[in-house]
Amino acid sequence: MDWILLLEQTLNGLQFGLMLFLLAAGLTLVFGIMDMINLAHGSLYMVGAYLAATLLAYTGSFTVAVLGALAGTALFGALLEVSLLRTLYQRDHLTQVLATFALILIINEGTRIIWGSQALLLNAPDALSGPVELFPGLTYPAYRLLIIGVGLAVAVALYLLVAHTRVGMLVRAGASNREMALTMGVNVKRLFTAVFATGAALSALAGAMLGPLLAVQVGMGESILILAFVVIVIGGIGSIRGALVGALLVGFVDTLGRTLLPMSLRSVLPPMVASNLGPALASILIYVLMAAVLFWRPQGLFPARG
Amino acid sequence: MRTTTRLAAFLTAACLAGAVQAADPVKVGFLSTLSGPSAAIGLDIRDAFELAVKLNGGKLGGLPAQVIVADDQMNPDVAKQLIERLLKRDRVDIVTGIVFTNVMLAVAPAVFESKTFLVSANSTPAAYSGEGCSPWFFSTSWQNDGVHEAGGKFMQDSGYKSVVLVAPNYPAGKDALTGFKRFYKGTVIDEIYTKLGQLDYAAELAQIRAARPDAMYVFLPGGMGVNFVKQYVASGLNKTIPLVGPGFSADEDLIKAVGEPMVGMYNTSHWAHDLDNAANKRFVTEFQKAYGRLPTLYASQGYDAAQLIDAAIRDVKGKIEDKDALRKALRAANFKSVRGDFKLNVNGVPIQSYYLRRVVKEPSGRITNKLQATVLSAHPDAYVGACKLK
Repeated sequence: MDWILLLEQTLNGLQFGLMLFLLAAGLTLVFGIMDMINLAHGSLYMVGAYLAATLLAYTGSFTVAVLGALAGTALFGALLEVSLLRTLYQRDHLTQVLATFALILIINEGTRIIWGSQALLLNAPDALSGPVELFPGLTYPAYRLLIIGVGLAVAVALYLLVAHTRVGMLVRAGASNREMALTMGVNVKRLFTAVFATGAALSALAGAMLGPLLAVQVGMGESILILAFVVIVIGGIGSIRGALVGALLVGFVDTLGRTLLPMSLRSVLPPMVASNLGPALASILIYVLMAAVLFWRPQGLFPARG
Repeated sequence: MRTTTRLAAFLTAACLAGAVQAADPVKVGFLSTLSGPSAAIGLDIRDAFELAVKLNGGKLGGLPAQVIVADDQMNPDVAKQLIERLLKRDRVDIVTGIVFTNVMLAVAPAVFESKTFLVSANSTPAAYSGEGCSPWFFSTSWQNDGVHEAGGKFMQDSGYKSVVLVAPNYPAGKDALTGFKRFYKGTVIDEIYTKLGQLDYAAELAQIRAARPDAMYVFLPGGMGVNFVKQYVASGLNKTIPLVGPGFSADEDLIKAVGEPMVGMYNTSHWAHDLDNAANKRFVTEFQKAYGRLPTLYASQGYDAAQLIDAAIRDVKGKIEDKDALRKALRAANFKSVRGDFKLNVNGVPIQSYYLRRVVKEPSGRITNKLQATVLSAHPDAYVGACKLK
């Protein structure tokens, strides 16, 4: 086993995991605090990516594009919460799933109407489009390093916000016991809108940062939303710490599984069988992980409700 | 009295109009991938097909052409529903446009069963080239292995001792690497199969770096290829391990997305925009005039699909009901292909030459493909021997 390969895969896993964390953080808070299943969370990720691509085309500045996408999506999220989702909090989960699934369809079609059905081009800034030599033998794409940096910074900022500020205290109180927080006089309406807008901004950040690596297209939110749900189920619903650990676990298992599993299979099985079996097994690995966590710790690794 | 005359005149006119239209239009069901990251393929085939019809005055073989376009979204389930609609409700005479082999394998049985001709402008799977060949199947592209056989031959001839291969985990991906290995005799260190539609290749790139091959060969069509090549360049691997691919992994759409770093990349194709023949010159000029961009190899296939249909209907003098005659005419492929030499084999798959192209930067600053050499000439596919058709 080549340790450079292992190191590079670790960086890849970290990069993927941190982006999943951005998505999962918003999802887990909305789920934990408002007891609301928001399937349309992936749509906010898509809206963020589209806004970033559009702003980049107009302004030419990647920073402006990402910040603009953040602000725009946060506003969109807040409007969505105030106008529609607010009325769903009291309903049962099935109604929420149906209503937010309808939202997915509406936002997808809306996006198609505004931007067309072809994927948009969102390129990383030129300065970051090349590789960086970390040390002899390992060059790593500069843009992926930026993603890791941004992801880590956001994770630390979120931790400080949730663990060391008054707003964070309210959020934690809401997640661990909503009724009690209500009776203690927390202005839930405003808190909910703020949490939702923050979640929207985080998923827009993920969308805008991943845009140059993936493709900005209609439906991009759904595939990654499933992973985000896996993350919050593993981490424990409502827990930011759980979301971080869960996201990194899923990122590492997925990335390392995709290379190590076929490689190790090849050493014990004939190549044809291994090349058929490897990718298939690798793609279900994270679900196996989720099943295992659910079996031993049904509440997730870091349950928010004690 | 006056009203009656007027009515009679109107009726006569209506009948006359009816008589003019009596030449029933030929209905073409164009099922293709027109949305998502790989939409560029379907759009190029559609644009070229429609261009050929337009240059023909809206006709195919003298019959007014009605092209019914449907978007399969690269999804076999969606495609199955659409093909039912095209065959049963629209009653199309010919189906074309299908891009991806997983879609092809899902819809072709229904097309064959309804005794409708399928002129493929792209996917030509092994399943319909050998033992499973069908009298209803014709291709104006290349058997799925074709360009990859040329790729294997080129890399064998260039003396690369070891390679790593990447392809999506679906039938055409397996076809591609089988074709490559038929002509490449060096060491294949690793064959990496990725999920169809995968867009992030970080894990695979790390694996390639660790494997240290002499060169890379990738089969990743559409948006997958755009992302792979972009990420390959971003990871710096292109400086140490040369990347070779089939023509569509280095075509105009990719060059537009990736730009400068692609210069120097070799690729194999059955067609090049600078192939020197009259039909091709007209096609490239008209395509640029109509759409303001250079055509890709996919476009050349779509254009030839329309030309093949046009020629066949002309040869049977518009009698498309006579399916046996139409089949003979399709098989004869009596038209000037943009790729020069072109014949259809008994299985409906082209016998054609494959060329080597290289991405270059022209003095004008334009980055584009330049024809280098012929890799395989008048090359039949590997499966035709097993086909029982005559």
